Amino acid sequence: MKPFTYQRALDAGDALAGVAAGRNAKFISGGTNLLDLMKLEIEQPAHLVDINRLPLDRIEDTGQGGLRIGAQVRNSTLAADPRIRSGYQVLAQALLSGASGQIRNKASTGGNLLQRTRCYYFYDRNMPCNKREPGSGCAALGGFNRMHAILGSSNACIAVHPSDMAVAMSVLDATVETTDIDGTARQIHIGDLHRLPGSTPHIETDLRYGEMITAVVLPPAKQGRQLYRKVRDRASYAFALVSVAAVVDMAGDTIAAARFALGGVAAKPWRSPEAEAFLQGKKPSAQVFEKAADAALANALGRGGNDFKIPLAKRTIQQVLAAVSQRG
Amino acid sequence: MTNSTPAFADGGKTHIGQPMDRVDGASKVTGRAIYAYEHQAEGHIAYGYILGAGIARGRIAAIDTAYAEKVPGVLHIMTHKNAPTQPAFGPAVTPTVRDVFTRARPMLSTDEIRYFDEPVALVVAETFETARGAAGLISVEYASEQGAYDLRGHLASAYAPQRTNAGFETDSLVGDFEAAFAASPVKVDAIYTTPYAHHNPMEPHATLAVWSGDAVTIYTSAQTLANFRAGMASTLQIPAEKVRIVSPFVGGGFGSKLIVHPDTVLAALAARELQRPVKIALTRQQMFANAGHRAKMIQSVRLSADREGRLTGIAHDVCSATSRFEEFCEQTAVFGRSLYAAPNRMTRHRLVKVDTNRGEWMRSPGEAPGMLAFECAMDELAAQIGMDPIELRIRNEPAIDPERNIPFSTRNLVECMQEGARRFGWEKRQARPGSVREGRTLVGLGMAAAIRPNYIGASEARVRIDGRGKVTVQLDMTDIGTGTYTILAQIAASSLGLPVAAIDVQLGDSNFPRTAGSGGSWGAASAGSAVHNACESLKQKIVASAREAVASPFYGLSNNRIDFVNAAIRAGGRSVRLADLMALVAPHGLDAQGAVEAAGDNYRNYSQHSYGAHFVEVAVDMDTAETRIRRMLSVIGAGRILNPKTARSQIIGGMIWGIGAALMEESVLDARHGHFLNHDLAEYHVPVSADVPDLNVIFLGEADPNANVLGSKGIGELGVCGAGAAIANAIFNATGARIRAFPVTLDKILPALPVHASLADGS
Ligand SMILES: Cc1cc2nc3c(=O)[nH]c(=O)nc-3n(C[C@H](O)[C@H](O)[C@H](O)COP(=O)(O)OP(=O)(O)OC[C@H]3O[C@@H](n4cnc5c(N)ncnc54)[C@H](O)[C@@H]3O)c2cc1C
Ligand code: SF4
Repeated sequence: MKPFTYQRALDAGDALAGVAAGRNAKFISGGTNLLDLMKLEIEQPAHLVDINRLPLDRIEDTGQGGLRIGAQVRNSTLAADPRIRSGYQVLAQALLSGASGQIRNKASTGGNLLQRTRCYYFYDRNMPCNKREPGSGCAALGGFNRMHAILGSSNACIAVHPSDMAVAMSVLDATVETTDIDGTARQIHIGDLHRLPGSTPHIETDLRYGEMITAVVLPPAKQGRQLYRKVRDRASYAFALVSVAAVVDMAGDTIAAARFALGGVAAKPWRSPEAEAFLQGKKPSAQVFEKAADAALANALGRGGNDFKIPLAKRTIQQVLAAVSQRG
Repeated sequence: MTNSTPAFADGGKTHIGQPMDRVDGASKVTGRAIYAYEHQAEGHIAYGYILGAGIARGRIAAIDTAYAEKVPGVLHIMTHKNAPTQPAFGPAVTPTVRDVFTRARPMLSTDEIRYFDEPVALVVAETFETARGAAGLISVEYASEQGAYDLRGHLASAYAPQRTNAGFETDSLVGDFEAAFAASPVKVDAIYTTPYAHHNPMEPHATLAVWSGDAVTIYTSAQTLANFRAGMASTLQIPAEKVRIVSPFVGGGFGSKLIVHPDTVLAALAARELQRPVKIALTRQQMFANAGHRAKMIQSVRLSADREGRLTGIAHDVCSATSRFEEFCEQTAVFGRSLYAAPNRMTRHRLVKVDTNRGEWMRSPGEAPGMLAFECAMDELAAQIGMDPIELRIRNEPAIDPERNIPFSTRNLVECMQEGARRFGWEKRQARPGSVREGRTLVGLGMAAAIRPNYIGASEARVRIDGRGKVTVQLDMTDIGTGTYTILAQIAASSLGLPVAAIDVQLGDSNFPRTAGSGGSWGAASAGSAVHNACESLKQKIVASAREAVASPFYGLSNNRIDFVNAAIRAGGRSVRLADLMALVAPHGLDAQGAVEAAGDNYRNYSQHSYGAHFVEVAVDMDTAETRIRRMLSVIGAGRILNPKTARSQIIGGMIWGIGAALMEESVLDARHGHFLNHDLAEYHVPVSADVPDLNVIFLGEADPNANVLGSKGIGELGVCGAGAAIANAIFNATGARIRAFPVTLDKILPALPVHASLADGS
């Protein structure tokens, strides 16, 4: 770990001034990801701005039927909130499927969205990695890439974003609220927050230097059944091989609206407008679900070790759609 | 005459066999138990951080420590350029089995890199953070060489070692296997692979080294103090008497703390250099390269049988990766030399050199990977001939040890299987794979046998009773979480007729009498027998004093039997509290030594093993192939159980290792760069609580008089043996997928599951 200076910010102005002072400052929330990366010198901030004391730890009604989740709301608090548990079960389920109880007690909403990939090679400074060291190459290509992306990857990087929470927020069409270094606020649709790697895998989000996430806004609860299904190598405390967050609203025996997002398959939560459009108005059947899954995975590309994720994702989509589109 | 009846026959009035809580439990949960990194020393402790190599094979072309040296608080940087002179590492194969434990293990002594993350520098600073930060400023240039990392790719270079671990014969041959196999109407010919795996004890390897003049005290986390002492004496080139090892509590070892590792050697070297106490811990990541592992293996199992399931031939060929610079041949096929009867049999061990660190002993060396393969092959045979797997095993139950031709001491494998079948509801098993379905879940049952050799190692103990009757037991044994403190207190209390609370057991200090330590599941037998014998000898001394002291109520008493019961001594109708008697006859206390010798005639004349049978129910998701254990039962025949509570913990711990081995544990070695990729506990998966539902253990009561004075047998490793195979067999029963590459992760099962068409009309 490199030496760094530390500042505890008490309000947003304080925090933004802290990052504005240099070019190599970072916010720290729960620290469950950032500190690990700092110990390994993958992240090397010169200055840390602790934003844990900022008054961003509430879950408030938006007034338009939705919820505004402060960036400092802990994952465990969010999962336990009665409004989340009743209107947004998919989010509560996703949160509870992530990490461990202790980590969820520390992990913040903002930090969870911005956690970095678990690619083994990214974590090992002796290995080439375009994300860690642009231009050095990608050791996961041709290496052990069982956990890696099947959608939206590039030859520069095939890493996945590991968050479960973000996948549920994606299917819920959440909006991320930020404050820029000069104090301007902006709203970003969750689907636009994370970037696909292209030729610049080190640029992972749409955020600028010093831009702080202040909240995530959930629109009014969606009609229909919700489910988060995480497929993993052990029963708990493992990152998703594939996950599916789905919300399906039935009108009698036809699908009025279907939304689903995939996790563990790309550098961002993966939505498929084609598949969702296809499902609308259809009667649930094995063939319909298979076609929807095929549509979502039409451009899927395996890299060797992760080839199995394509059939796995397909089967999981089918299983989840069947579960959430039962009549009644 | 004293009451010197063997402990295994002493009936009901004993603490042995009671399910006592751990005597050290309270100190552990209240944080008073001191682990290696928590020891303090007089003087200002300095902290070390090890920088590991970024290549797996080659040389250090240049190393620049200038920036790191300038960091305030850095005290010393050790590299191959300035490290103290140490003996050369020596040959890959030591002259004797024993030398592996005692050989010098020099660190930073040459510019050669033999494995990824091998120490290339040690930074010592006022704080750990300073040391680690400065280590990041050291730049190393390597002259890298092409190494060999991939076992499968180098099979052509396989060779036969001189012996396996623990000194077993490399090969065994009885009859003519090939002819029997060729002639057989029924055969199994299957290749299994078992992966690299790591012990990952909760407590990382850590050391505090403190010099005083020419002697060093090493506070560390060690299973076997005598090995550490000898290994450090060899490395530091000082007499063993100048090395003291202290390790009162060990947060798990599993075989990874039998010999010294870089933390211990480097702390001692640096502390001597700086004339200051130095503390070093390996990080979790560093433990993957620097604290031992189980090597990857390719195992061929061939079985031939008649149509009634009688084995005509057994062949188990194991090819394992081994370190190029230090050989380790796990005795993977050895258990099979005693397990089932067959007239024609063959076991062989071969090695392929790769550029990794040396493999080490990992819980159930041999049986853990070997039975994973072999007990699946037995299941394959049962499926092929349509026979119940228990019945198949019973048909091949040997009357005597089939390769040594000597009797078994006690052997109750058949009882274990039958009792387990009854309790588990085995008769409900559907022999046809894939026939039990609950919604979108396939359910299956599986079983496997367990066998594990029983050992004893030379050990000594000292016991002292003071003038007020308080008893202290001392030996350099360790409690690695197994319950040693507790069972030794039970043994001493039983022998002396005292309550357990009256016994103070002191372990983990090489100043105490030497024992065989914790390893090979022999700790309880070895240390326990030594303590028992020391107590018996102490009783004789007490009796002698009681007869000789004029003030004694037993003065002059002869020929009468004297009993030690209920904290009193009783003879000739008189009973006196031991404490009172001691005050009268030996106010300064008495002490005695006890010893037990290494395996003798009882081990030469009897084939000694502990046994078990594992039963498992698994549920496999038909869509995703996720496998979850529903319930698991192990029935254990392991001699006399000294403490059913701590014993149960040992067995369920082993069963959980079986779950890990079957379903998830695998250290992935990058075949291009030669390093373990998933080197932390987020990525190296061991079972978590949610993976471990309903586990049940039954002990068959039995004492083995040939094993030791206590009648006990080893249990620490038995739970692992075969447990993973039972799971893989249950997966086969559930799905019809026979996965021979461990661990059985979902990607391997998935292709065998039906495609999804029937889903909507399914459940
Ligand atoms: C062993 C382990 C297992 C895990 N398993 C899972 C899992 O199964 N599923 C899963 O989803 N996650 C898992 N996680 C990841 C965990 O969810 C994240 O570490 C956590 O959510 C990060 O939150 P934090 O508050 O601790 O972030 P920090 O570590 O404090 O920060 C992470 C990043 O976000 C930035 N940041 C934080 N807050 C803000 C803000 N308000 N505005 C701008 N930038 C900000 C920081 O600068 C940093 O770059 C696991 C983690 C570990 C260690
Ligand atoms: S997949 Fe991405 S993160 Fe992983 S090594 Fe390649 S570039 Fe780095």
